[in-house]
Amino acid sequence: MMERTQDSFGRMLLTVIVALVLSVLPLPDWLAAVRPAFLVLTVMYWSIAAPRAGGIGLGFFCGLALDVFRGAVLGQNALALTAITYVAVREHQKIRLKPSFQQALIMLGALIVYEFILFAIDGWTGHPITSPRRWLHALTGALIWPFAAAVLDRVRGAH
Amino acid sequence: MAVYGAGNYRASQGRGTAPGFSFTVYAVLAIVLMVLDRRGGWLVQARYYLSGAAYPLQLAVSSPAQAWHWTQAALTARETLEAQNAALLTRDRALSLILMRFEALTRENAELRGLRDALPAVADHWMAAEVVDVELNGLRQRLLVNRGAHNGVFRGQAVMDNYGVLGQTTRVSPWSSEVILVTDPEHAIPVEIERTGIHTIAVGTGDPDSLALPYLPGNADVKPGDLLLTSGLGGVFPQGYPVARIAEVRHDAVQPLAQIRATPLAHLAALHEVTLVWFQDSHPAAPVRLKNGETTSGNPALQRQPAPPLELLPLPHLPRLTAAPATASAPGAK
Repeated sequence: MMERTQDSFGRMLLTVIVALVLSVLPLPDWLAAVRPAFLVLTVMYWSIAAPRAGGIGLGFFCGLALDVFRGAVLGQNALALTAITYVAVREHQKIRLKPSFQQALIMLGALIVYEFILFAIDGWTGHPITSPRRWLHALTGALIWPFAAAVLDRVRGAH
Repeated sequence: MAVYGAGNYRASQGRGTAPGFSFTVYAVLAIVLMVLDRRGGWLVQARYYLSGAAYPLQLAVSSPAQAWHWTQAALTARETLEAQNAALLTRDRALSLILMRFEALTRENAELRGLRDALPAVADHWMAAEVVDVELNGLRQRLLVNRGAHNGVFRGQAVMDNYGVLGQTTRVSPWSSEVILVTDPEHAIPVEIERTGIHTIAVGTGDPDSLALPYLPGNADVKPGDLLLTSGLGGVFPQGYPVARIAEVRHDAVQPLAQIRATPLAHLAALHEVTLVWFQDSHPAAPVRLKNGETTSGNPALQRQPAPPLELLPLPHLPRLTAAPATASAPGAK
């Protein structure tokens, strides 16, 4: 039991670091506009597939890492990611059983909520970005979800 | 087991704590962090160390791009280098001709201002910094450069390239610092139109080749092609550095203000190297800092001067103040 948890924790950490690198990798402008929020998707995957491995704490610390890397207000991504991780952890049994198309729709909703929290905090702290580009990643994130989930399933050692 | 902290503790506990409880704890923590970060700046130190810790990963992410630039530079053909060298020599000759005249002008200007010695240059020293290729935030115009507090970089330092003003440092970490470009929507730079001397503010639009001048009235004398220079206000940039050129002036009958767009002169699209500049505080063109009304740095001639003693002002036609109190109380008497 111990071995298994440790192993799963290591794999989780690995995927989180890879996702973080993917989300700060320099890309050409047009590609950066549609870049999905890899770290958010990874955290969502682990919250659904193994909610006890990381749980809400994982969401909080990954959000904090995003804040540091992006130069955002400390706690902005942390709060947004904590919120959607909470919903995912709470409903993980229901979401896990859904077909991947419905899972992708749920991700679309979660990513929109996530971006809305960021948007609201941007507004309250006095530097809003109203460009419609900021909502685009929710769509691409939902599209890429089935593939991301398949890859992460492999890494986790399920199936 | 204890090594992994709370996550693993919950894992070994079966059902563990309710997700609602830990959600509340983390959400409150995040909100407290945000408030502390915004107000009072108590987290500046924490942020300094956190960005220092993040820097190795940022460097690692940036290394493939850096390696590509290096390979490109290493494989440049001899002919290309020769052509480049010839072009640079021509440019150098042209610049030295301009500089000769410039030195004469500086001396002339110094004499006009009544200063005995020719003025030193306003830029004290400068340092080149390389851009670390990391995506900070796709929606904001920011850069990460590889010079930080260990190199003497400070917050609010002017950053330029060979063509004009690029931006300023917003956050300084031990080995790196974040630069906000003039085109970031949160950035505003006080400028002066070179042809007319009108002062205004150029605000970033989020678009890498456009600045907006939203505060000029519809009848202001602005034409496409006008050069925008820094005005020296605002405390970051000294006076007279080129910022942008007016690209478009639109007058809308409904709007009281003109809609003006300018193109930044700095090459913001393909940046590999930038220049961090330190300025001399006592130079007349140095940035004027106005913090809480005090003007203790910048041009000494523009600072608070002691008033001359009253006896020096002769008032021959008026009766002495002590003689008639009725005249003294009337403000028109002086």
